[in-house]
Order: sequence, then structure tokens, then C-alpha cells
Amino acid sequence: MSDDPRDPIDARIDSPGREGLTGTAPASLYLPLRDVEQVTRAPDGRPMDAQPAWRTDFPIDWPQDAYVERREFMKFMVLTSAAFVIGQLWIATHNWWRRRTGDLEMVRIASLSDIAVGATRTFTYPTEHDPCILVRPAEHVLVAFNQKCTHLSCAVIPRVDEGIIRCPCHDGVFDLTSGRPLAGPPRRPLVRVLLEVRGGEIYATGIEERTT
Amino acid sequence: MAKPVDLHFFIDPNRCIGCQACVQACTECDTHRGESMIHLEFVDRAHSTQTVPVVCMHCEQPTCAEVCPADAIKRTGDGVVQSARKPRCIACGNCVMACPFGVPELYEDRQIMMKCDMCYDRSSVGKKPMCATVCPSQALFFGTREQIDQLRPMSEPVNQFHFGRQTISTRVFMMMPRGFAAVRPYVDVTAAMEERPRERAIRLTPAGTDPFAEVEVQA
Repeated sequence: MSDDPRDPIDARIDSPGREGLTGTAPASLYLPLRDVEQVTRAPDGRPMDAQPAWRTDFPIDWPQDAYVERREFMKFMVLTSAAFVIGQLWIATHNWWRRRTGDLEMVRIASLSDIAVGATRTFTYPTEHDPCILVRPAEHVLVAFNQKCTHLSCAVIPRVDEGIIRCPCHDGVFDLTSGRPLAGPPRRPLVRVLLEVRGGEIYATGIEERTT
Repeated sequence: MAKPVDLHFFIDPNRCIGCQACVQACTECDTHRGESMIHLEFVDRAHSTQTVPVVCMHCEQPTCAEVCPADAIKRTGDGVVQSARKPRCIACGNCVMACPFGVPELYEDRQIMMKCDMCYDRSSVGKKPMCATVCPSQALFFGTREQIDQLRPMSEPVNQFHFGRQTISTRVFMMMPRGFAAVRPYVDVTAAMEERPRERAIRLTPAGTDPFAEVEVQA
């Protein structure tokens, strides 16, 4: 196409020099550009167009190596988004499955007469790998929490006389009756074990994971 | 930033006195602490004191980068072949085997190849590489073509090397005697490996009371 603006414009899209998508851009715009820093020549001396495809895939020149193609970028975005979608589906399936398996079974952990007012006991619930603490701060109050600190899973130690549960690792402090964090690095309350007293026996009936 | 186009590296092995200053200067650099990227090679240690400083020649077709399976050796637009990129290098040693000049070195303990990169931190801002700044005999010279023509009127810079059927052109120049370079403007490395120095007899005939009067050197 002539650069002279006085020349009449050829309206045909496939006219030479106007191979662009809309027929208005010069064809050179769509030709692969050669970077000024692309200096390496292949050992056989032939031009880059005559070289096998792997030479373009594994360039020796730094700018070409750092260059990300639009197609490459799109592939990355699509695959990453797909990974997120699959992850969400997996979490949803997992939740649905967990809900289907039903409530945790009721386990007897102690007798009411075994634990004095102000005393504590350890037990495991729901599996033997979940250490928990049972505390009786007052005559008619019974609380149980998972022993894992919500900060970095250290074992927490109840201090009944001070009304707190303390984590020795990073000086985290939880409230004894509610399990909510009072001081230190923990931000989430301790996992509470739901209790039920039937005929002088204490049963664990479930767990309550809370975020606030 | 890149190495200025008018500045080149010139090696003149004739002028090398084997003082190891370049090796020490290279070792002190902070970008590759305690390791020298320059090798000082003896040509024929049994018969000669001649040494040659070996820096990366920065080939136009870098064989080290050609053979790298991990895509770790890259070349910047100013023609400098950079050292292995740390996250990619797998320390396979292909480049060590492939380099015709024997420049790359494998560091097994830290699993990386390191090689001379013409002190890219210095040369990319127009400074001389460390070795060229300390060389007392200027066997290693970094400057313009005009400077080298003026300093070495008897020599001609050459950057073509023949290794059998492989021809390599480099960004680093080797100084050659002018008359020699006019006939054959390349270094035939494989032929030079077979070559032995001409047999020469030196006879000293000192006058007066010379303590070495009886010395007769026969090569």
C-alpha cells in the first residue's frame, strides 16, 4: 500500500499489503518482529526462519527467553482458573461428604464424681489423635476444648484459678469458659467439645469449630 | 544497561607474565565470592614459562548455551554470554564438556556452573573488567579498537577460531602478529595443539668475568 495519502484506497480486504484483520492495518504489523537484542545466530549459519522449532522455544538470547507470548499467557490463565474451579468443587464435595457421614458418635469420657470442682482432666475426642481437656470451673459448669492452640497447635494448659487457658509457646491466652482468645497471637477460639451429662456420666456428643 | 558497543576485550598472550594478578582480582569480586572465573594456563609447563589467561570468549554461537539441557545459559544483546541462571542450572556439566575454550567450571558443592561474564556488573556501566584493570603487562586489555591499534601497532586483533571443522567467532579478541593475521586471519586451535616450538639453540658468549661464562643452553 502506498504511503501517499492522495492515493485512492483499495477497498478489497485481500489486496496485497492489507492482510490485517480489518483490512486497514499494514501487513507488516502482523509479521513477527525481531528484537534488536536478538543477536545469536545458529551454528549452521542459516537464518532463524529455516531453523527447527525448538530453537524458537529455547532461545539463547536473554530478551527472547524472558518474552511471554499472548497464547502462553492465556494458557497459564486458563489452566490456573481451571485449577481454582476444580479446587472449589473438591472442597464442596468434601463438605457434602462430611455432612452425609452424620454426627459424631457419643462417647463417655468421665463420671461427674471423678472430677472435682476446679479440677481438669484430659481425654481424646473424636479420635485418639485429638487430645482434649475437660474442666469443671464451678459446681454446675463443665467445659471441654480441644487442646490444640489455634495459633500453631501447641498444647494449651488450663489455669482454673485465673479463669484462663494459657498456651506456653507464644503466650496465648484464652477464656476458660468460652474458649475465646484474650491475648497473644491466637485469633480464633479453641475448638469446643459439646458435652452432655446423663445420670452422673459425662458424654462428648460433638465438636464445634468456631471462627469468632 | 549493556556493555558499550565500542569497548572490546583484547587478550595478548604474548604479554602474559604469569603473575596471577588477574586471578587474584577475579577472586576478590563479590558476585562470585572467593572463586576465580579466570584461568591462568601454562602452555607447556615442562619446557616453557609461557602462560595464557583464559577468560570467556563470548562466542557468537555459544556452544555452552547450545548444549545446555536446562536452558540456563543466556546471552544478552550486547553479546555477553552470561553465567548460568541459578534457578535453572542443574549442574550437569554439559557446558564444561562442550566449551571449546574450557571456560565454564562446575561447582559440585553448590550444584552450579559459574563462568566469566566479562564482569557484567562493571562492563555494563562502561568500566573495565577486574582482570583488565590489574594486568600489569596489559595482556588483558579492555578498550576501543583505536586504542589497541595505537598501543599495539605490530599486532592485529582476531576473533575467528577454528576447531577442526567448527569455526567460532567471538566477541573477545586475540592479538596476533600483524603479518601473520594478514595471511590467515584466524586461530587454528586444533593445529596449534599439535604444533611444537621450533628447535632453537642459544649460545651465550659473555665477555669479561661472567659467573655464567660456561653456560650453554641447547634446546
